[in-house]
Amino acid sequence: MRQPTCSCNDFDRAQLLRRGAAQAGRGLPVIEPGMPMPAGTGLNRRSFMLSATGMLLSVYGAGRLLDTAAFEAGIANAASTPNGRVLVSVYLQGGIDSMSVLCPVGDPLYSTYRKVLGLPEGAGPTFTEDPRLQWHPQAAPLATLHAEGKVSALPTIGYTDPMNQSHFTSRHYYEVGAMDANLLTGWLGRYLDVVGTADNPLQGLCLDDSLQPALATAKVPVATIDLPSDYSFYAEGVWGPPQDLMYGAFRSLGEVGVRSGDVGLKESGQAAVMSTTLREQLLPFQPAPNATAPALPAGYPTAGDSFPARMAAVAQMLAAGLPITCATVTTDSVFDTHESQASSFTSGLGEAVQTLYAFQRDLEARGLADRVLTVVWSEFGRRPQENASAGTDHGAAGCGFVIGENAAGKMIGEWQGLASGLDSLGNLTETADFRSLYCSVLEQWLGQDAAQIIPGASSLPRVTVVQ
Amino acid sequence: MMLGTASGRKRRGKAISDPGPLPKYTGRFGEQQAERLLWRAGFGPKPGEAAALAKHGMRHAVLSLTRPSNQRLVGPAPQLENGQPIEPFDVWGNDVLWWLDRMVRSRAQLIERMTLTWHDWFATSNEQVNSQRLMINQNWTMRNRCLSSFPRMLTAITIDPAMQLYLSLAGSTKQDPNENYARELQELFTLGVDDGYTEMDVREQARALTGWTYTWNADTGQPDDFRFEATLHDDGVKVIYGHHGNFSWRDSLRLVLHHPDHPKFFVTKLWSYFSAEPLSARDTKAAEYLYVSSGKQIRPLVEAMLMHPTLHAGQRMVKPPIVQLAGMLRGIGRYIDTDAWAWESSQIGQMPFYPPNVSGWDATRWLNTGTWLARFNLTAEMIGQQRALDPSKVKVKADPKAMTKQAIDFWGKPTISAPGRHALAAYAQAAAVDSASASWEREQYPVLTLNALRALVVATPDYQTS
Repeated sequence: MRQPTCSCNDFDRAQLLRRGAAQAGRGLPVIEPGMPMPAGTGLNRRSFMLSATGMLLSVYGAGRLLDTAAFEAGIANAASTPNGRVLVSVYLQGGIDSMSVLCPVGDPLYSTYRKVLGLPEGAGPTFTEDPRLQWHPQAAPLATLHAEGKVSALPTIGYTDPMNQSHFTSRHYYEVGAMDANLLTGWLGRYLDVVGTADNPLQGLCLDDSLQPALATAKVPVATIDLPSDYSFYAEGVWGPPQDLMYGAFRSLGEVGVRSGDVGLKESGQAAVMSTTLREQLLPFQPAPNATAPALPAGYPTAGDSFPARMAAVAQMLAAGLPITCATVTTDSVFDTHESQASSFTSGLGEAVQTLYAFQRDLEARGLADRVLTVVWSEFGRRPQENASAGTDHGAAGCGFVIGENAAGKMIGEWQGLASGLDSLGNLTETADFRSLYCSVLEQWLGQDAAQIIPGASSLPRVTVVQ
Repeated sequence: MMLGTASGRKRRGKAISDPGPLPKYTGRFGEQQAERLLWRAGFGPKPGEAAALAKHGMRHAVLSLTRPSNQRLVGPAPQLENGQPIEPFDVWGNDVLWWLDRMVRSRAQLIERMTLTWHDWFATSNEQVNSQRLMINQNWTMRNRCLSSFPRMLTAITIDPAMQLYLSLAGSTKQDPNENYARELQELFTLGVDDGYTEMDVREQARALTGWTYTWNADTGQPDDFRFEATLHDDGVKVIYGHHGNFSWRDSLRLVLHHPDHPKFFVTKLWSYFSAEPLSARDTKAAEYLYVSSGKQIRPLVEAMLMHPTLHAGQRMVKPPIVQLAGMLRGIGRYIDTDAWAWESSQIGQMPFYPPNVSGWDATRWLNTGTWLARFNLTAEMIGQQRALDPSKVKVKADPKAMTKQAIDFWGKPTISAPGRHALAAYAQAAAVDSASASWEREQYPVLTLNALRALVVATPDYQTS
């Protein structure tokens, strides 16, 4: 009778709300009220990038990685933070089953809990730091990076008491970096409010069709973009000077709304102004007229999903020197596997991991690997006891990863075992608090005192995330 | 059925006393007010419709929407670019066209708008359901009850096959209760997140809701014969909100509808579809009273909300994307003649039958740099080569003010405020007059500029909001 009809809800994107307070970034429009008009720095930036346009576009066409030396100037110009470091957040949406990523094949209770979903010993590479755990075969590329010391695994990250099993609430906690249903800003947004500037919406860039709440700021602007090559405006029957001047008219019309004193007009006007600014910043990424769609660099999955293309775009934009400090990307795959888990999970994990691997190699080939740290997270893990639909229900602690040339490469927290590591509801208990991870990333990677960013930072233990 | 209250558990419910009615708007009800009402409670006016509605006065205007005399569709039936009829059940995107057509052509605009509200409230996505037929059946279930009573609506939705597939209620049995529907029933449909229920209530509600199943029809490749089977139902004693009893699925709904936190959640959420400004505490109480005292009827509450002063005189609200799309078609008198609107609706951020998740669309964030781009490019598609002016065939007088008026008239004369009109005219001056020197430029640029002005009218904050 059962078909894979699942499932609870897919909460993709940041499109949560119209609900109660426990919604990440609620009340924060994508376009921040009161944001100053972008200063004229855009002109220099634009002209620099225009001069690099030919090379960028040729890479799209050739489908191979760029010569990194060609981008030295761009990298030098980046200056996205004082040390030029970048944090990329990758969200595995839906609550991924951690026990199917790092399978505890050596745990005596594994086969009891996972009669249907359990994998045989030897199906994938052993997790060398704890041989009771074994990577899913589709996660093998992560094992390769792990062997190179570029992956820190968190086998049971989460929070304690009470672990909320609502997708929305739990995701909200992760997005805002606190167990506070009413917090309006994201943890990355609050960081950007400290280090960011008023005229650079690209400093916090969400590659999606709406803003990821982690980037919600209180002061400085941030941006969303679907794919940089897609950002072009079109009007029927318009060309020449009437077309060139049309873009300026976007801005004037937007400013009318911004000045109006009406909430709705202002929201709409700010969207117009920000869109105009973003268009100017992304002009170099437009394919040349009549060019075919940009191809992905080697190694990225080419199934046509957005996630690989967006990760490739992050690398490309960093290579071009765009001033990005924090970027957020979400998988197309939804890991909310209540039913018939094995098939959708396997393909979803495969695409996610191959993309993360290609992204790391892409950064290395571009000479950017020492500037980027990637944090991979999901809102919770799933219940160790599989359900009768060959799926898993919402659990508590789950897995996370920190990836990068500068990642410490050492497990954070531990695998406690199914005999002793479960709470009263039968879910995994955490051995690393997600807020501890955030504090440590802020301090060790971004050089930012976490006390200003993460509520209660002083009482949270730190973990080692960077070598 | 015996009800017991767990000892030590406080009941928060109190009888609501009558705080008096919701206030009514008493200001001028002219063409502009009628225009807003038609955008908030429908899909925007057709040319001349706002002026006609204004003549009836506010009260009758509202009642004409909430108690429509007929529900006919007016205008040509939907078709594809090749002239073939749409196939809503079978062809991708044609389900969207089917509903969009009703939004454009229905005389009963509020009925379609409320159906959209319920689709957002009980958001169900064909991404998981995988049956346009079941989705459209659900759509009729919502349309037929859209102004009836919420208990009727909730009952119909709970046993709706599309919903049962989407939230895993079909197949949730005594042996393996699935918590999915029980959780969202409380979190998203009736009470609000973490409001007045616990994780144990989720589990116990899930038990009460067990017993639904269906059969896989190998011939059609579709699920079939959705039904309740007593043998699959857990008829043991459950404890829900402190009540003990061997509760059934109907008890589950009754308990949640009688939960003391439900009325406030209901009226607050319903109001949020009509205005971005919250109701005052006093007016929320008044709305709760109206809701409860009417037996949880929907129509009286919607009528009171549509007559509320904030709806008519409050801040403007960004138009939901699909509302704007339908309204643009209505404004230019275009009907469904292409399947482009299916994927365009996705680009602008609201593809009917495909809400992003079970909490529906995020109406506080319709606009961002991505959806704003999509809205602009939608306009190009809407105007199309067919309606774009060809400089080799038409002449346009290079008069910025007149050109601005022509561009606004193109969309059925929406209200554009003076600062917006001035910005449009300034663009027209620069593009059609100041940029043109050669004689061919003086001939052609005004035409190109008028094409651009039409697109720019839609880009004004006035047009993006109501």
